[in-house]
Amino acid sequence: MTVFQHDVLVIGAGLAGMRAAIEAARNGADVALVTKLHPMRSHSGAAQGGINAALGEEDSWESHAFDTVKGSDYLADQDAVEIFAREAPGDIIELERMGTSFSRTEDGKIAQRPFGGAGFPRTCFIADITGQAILHVVYEQVLKLGITVYQEYFCTSLIVEDGEVRGVIAMPMITGDLAVMQGKAVIMATGGLGRVYAPTTNAIACTGDGMAISYMAGAPLQDMEFMQFHPTSLKDSGVLMTEGARGEGGYLLNSEGDRFMGKYAPNKFELASRDVVSRAEQTEINEGRGIDGCVLLDVRHLGEEKISERLWQIRELAIDLTNTDMVHEPVKVRPGAHYAMGGIKTDVDGAAPLPGLFAAGECANVSVHGSNRLGGNSLLDTIVFGRRAGVAAAAYVKQVASKSQISEAALAEDQNRIQQWMATKGSGGERPAVIRGEMGRMMREDLGIFRAREKLDSALAKIVELKGRFENVRLEDTGKVFNLDLLSIFELGGMLDVAHAMVAGALAREESRGAHTRLDFPERNDEKWLKHTVASRKEDGSPQLDYADVTMTKWEPEVRTY
Amino acid sequence: MDVRLKVKRQDGTQPDSSHYDEYTVEMPEGATMLDALLQVRDYEDGGLALRYSCRSSICGSCAMRVNGRARLACKTKASDMANGDEPILVEPLGNMPVIKDLVTDMEVHWDKVRRITPWLENSGPEPEREHIVMHETMVDVSNALSCIQCGACVSDCTVLEVDKHFIGPAAFAKAYRFVGDPRDDTTMDRLKALSSAKGGIWDCTRCNICVEVCPKDIRPMDRIMQLREQVVNAGVEGGIGARHGTAFAGSVRRTGRLDEVRLLPESVGMFNAPRLLKELPGAFRMMRAGKLPWKDTLPLFSKPIAGIAHVRRLFDNARSEKKEAKR
Repeated sequence: MTVFQHDVLVIGAGLAGMRAAIEAARNGADVALVTKLHPMRSHSGAAQGGINAALGEEDSWESHAFDTVKGSDYLADQDAVEIFAREAPGDIIELERMGTSFSRTEDGKIAQRPFGGAGFPRTCFIADITGQAILHVVYEQVLKLGITVYQEYFCTSLIVEDGEVRGVIAMPMITGDLAVMQGKAVIMATGGLGRVYAPTTNAIACTGDGMAISYMAGAPLQDMEFMQFHPTSLKDSGVLMTEGARGEGGYLLNSEGDRFMGKYAPNKFELASRDVVSRAEQTEINEGRGIDGCVLLDVRHLGEEKISERLWQIRELAIDLTNTDMVHEPVKVRPGAHYAMGGIKTDVDGAAPLPGLFAAGECANVSVHGSNRLGGNSLLDTIVFGRRAGVAAAAYVKQVASKSQISEAALAEDQNRIQQWMATKGSGGERPAVIRGEMGRMMREDLGIFRAREKLDSALAKIVELKGRFENVRLEDTGKVFNLDLLSIFELGGMLDVAHAMVAGALAREESRGAHTRLDFPERNDEKWLKHTVASRKEDGSPQLDYADVTMTKWEPEVRTY
Repeated sequence: MDVRLKVKRQDGTQPDSSHYDEYTVEMPEGATMLDALLQVRDYEDGGLALRYSCRSSICGSCAMRVNGRARLACKTKASDMANGDEPILVEPLGNMPVIKDLVTDMEVHWDKVRRITPWLENSGPEPEREHIVMHETMVDVSNALSCIQCGACVSDCTVLEVDKHFIGPAAFAKAYRFVGDPRDDTTMDRLKALSSAKGGIWDCTRCNICVEVCPKDIRPMDRIMQLREQVVNAGVEGGIGARHGTAFAGSVRRTGRLDEVRLLPESVGMFNAPRLLKELPGAFRMMRAGKLPWKDTLPLFSKPIAGIAHVRRLFDNARSEKKEAKR
C-alpha cells in the first residue's frame, strides 16, 4: 500500500486548485496538488473572455456586487458576493504582479472590456486567451514555490473517518495501483461537470469528479439544477466562442438578419446576462427564425485588425472546426451547456459542512453565482475563493492534532470495485460510452434551457434506468498502465450520481429563476423559492432534497430586466 | 465518411511490444483526428491510450504524429490526412519515451521548462497598483505565451534528436516571454544563462521544423533568433555562439570570404588552448583533403575579393536599417 502524507491535499490543478495550493503553502502548510491531468492541461485554460474586477475610478465594488446579485436572479448569498467583489481588485493586481500580461490601455494600465450583465466595462483580459494566460502564470508560481504535484492521479474516493476528512484514494494513471493519500484537509477544485451534457463547451475531462466523490462521502451539493447555457457555442462540437466577441461589439442575428436581442433586452442587447441571451436565441430557433438550429454571431464590422488582435483564438477555432472565417462571414452558434452554478456547498472560506473538506472554483457553491453566473465572474471565483480556501485549510490543519491512521477499508473498497469491473471483460454488459451518450442527450433534451414537469419526470426515470444499466457496465481494458477505460467508468459512475441531483432539483423547483426556466411555472416565485436547494446522497444513491435560506444584505429582489 | 487509421501500439514497460493496429471508423465530414481516435477508443478498442481534453487546441494534450509529423489531433481534420489507399498513420510524439500507445512521458520537456527559470523575477519595489507597461509589449509577451506546451515542436526538433541536452524550441519560446517582459528585472542573467547553457540558444540549427509543426503559430525558432540577437546586442560575454556569429560576419565584411581558419579561434576564444588543440587533428585532416583554404588566411595572401566595397556597403546599410527600426 503506497501512502503519501501531506497537511493539505488540493484535488485538481486548474486555477482554483493552484491558487489554493499557493496560499496554503504561503501559510505554512505542507501542500500537494493532485490532478488527473497535468496542471497546464486544466480546463481553466480554455476560459477565453476575461476576469472581472472594479478597477476603474468610476466603477465600484458595490456596482460589481449588485450586477452579480442581479445576474444571479437574487439567489446568490449577498455576504459572499460582497467579499467577492471587494477583494477582486486586489487579486487582479496580484495576478498582474505575478506576471499576467493583461491587455493594456493606451496609458499602460490594465484594459477592461464590457461583458454581459455588467453596468461597467470591468472585464480584464488577455486577447481571448485570458484563462490560458493566467493558468500559465499561476503554474509558474507553483513551480517557484516548489509545491508537490501528483499529476495524472485520479481520485477515486474521499476518505472520511469519525466524521472527518482524512485524505483521498487515488489511482496514478501510470501504474494503476491505488494509493492512499493522507491529508488533514482536502480542498476540492476539480472544476465543472459539463460532460453530463452532450454536446457541451467543456473539456472531456470535465466530469464533475470532485462533486461526485464529495457527495458520495456525505457532503451536500447545492443548487445543482442551475446549469448555464452559454449563448455562443459551435453547433456540433459545442466548442466555445467567447462572450468577448459580443463584448467587443459583435451582433447576434436571426435568419431574417435581425439583431433580435433588441426585442428581449432593449437596453443591453447582446450584452444582457447569459440566461437571457440563451433563452432569446432558443426562442428564435424554436419559432423558426434559426438557421440549422443556430443563430449567427457576426463580428465582421469590427474589422480584421481588431479581430486578429483580440479574438484571434476563436477566429482560428471557427476556421478549423466550421470552415468559417469570421472576418468575412458570420459563424453559426447556439446555446451550449457551459457552467454548473451548483456545486459542493461551502461557506465564504470554502469550508464544506463536512469537517476537513474545502472546495473552490466551479465544483463549489459559495454561492456567488446563484441561478445564473455573469461572464468574467468564474475566473474571478477561482482566484478569490481559491485563495480563501487555501488560507482556511492551512489554518484548519493547524488545529487538527496529528496524522491519524487510516484504516485500510477505504482502499479495499475501491480495489474491490476495480476487481469487479475487471471481471466484466467479455461479459454482455454495456460499454461506458453508450450509457454516457444516452445520459448526455437526455440531459440536453430534458434538462436544457426550457424545462417542464413531463420532461423532468421522464428524465428522472431515465437516470434511474441508466444507473441500473451502469451496474452491468463492461470494461474492456484490463491492463494497469494508463487505463482510460477504467477511468471512464469511474467518471461515469460519478456523473450519473451528480446528474441525478440536478434532475431532482429541477423537478422540485416549481418556478423560473436565472438559468432554470420552467414552462409550466414561468414566473420567479420569491415567496416560495428564494432558497437554495441542498441535495444529500441517500444510501440508495438518490438525492435527499432540503432547502436553505439565501443570505441577504443590501439588495432586495427586484424585477429583472436588461 | 470512412476513416482508416493505422495506429502504433506499444506498452512502454515492454520495449519490443510495439506493433501497428488498423481501424476503420465511420465519421461525419469535418471530423477531427481526435474525434476518430475517440470513436475507436469508445467503440472499437477500449485499450487504446491517448491524451486529450479540451477539443479546442488550447489544453495541448493531444499532440501526436500523424502521417509522420507532429500535430494536434483536435486541430487536424481526418479528411485532410487521408492518403489515397493508405490508412492514416498515427504515432506518438518523438524525442520522448512512450508510456503506452500514443501517451508519451512529457517530463523530458517539463524538465527543460524548469531550466529556464520559468517565472517572473522582480525584486524591485512593488508598484502601488499594476505595472504601467506598453500595450504592444504585452501583446508580444502574450503571443509568445500563447504556446500551449503541447510538445509538437519538441517531438520533431532535429537538434533534440541528436542532443538530449538541447533546451528545445518550446522552452526557449517560454524563455523569450520573460526576456521580453519589461517587468522582469533579470534580463541580463537570463540572457547569460540562455547563451552559455549546455544545449543553449546557439545550438539551434535553424532547420525551421518547429515553426512548421507548431499548431499555435508561436514560431519558436524566430524566438530563438530574437534571443540570440538580444544576447549580441546586450554584449553578453563568453558565449561561443555569439562570438561565432561576430567572427563570421567580421570575416565576410573584412575580405568578402568566410575565413574558416580564423573562424575557429575567434569563436572558441584565441586563448582557449585545450579546445583549439582538440580541434587540431580535424583541421589537419581538412587541410589534407583541401577543405581548408589556409592560404587565404595568411596576411600576405589574404586579399579582399574584388567587390568588397559593395559587400561592406551591404553590411553598413543593414546595420543602419536596423537602428532605424529600433527607433
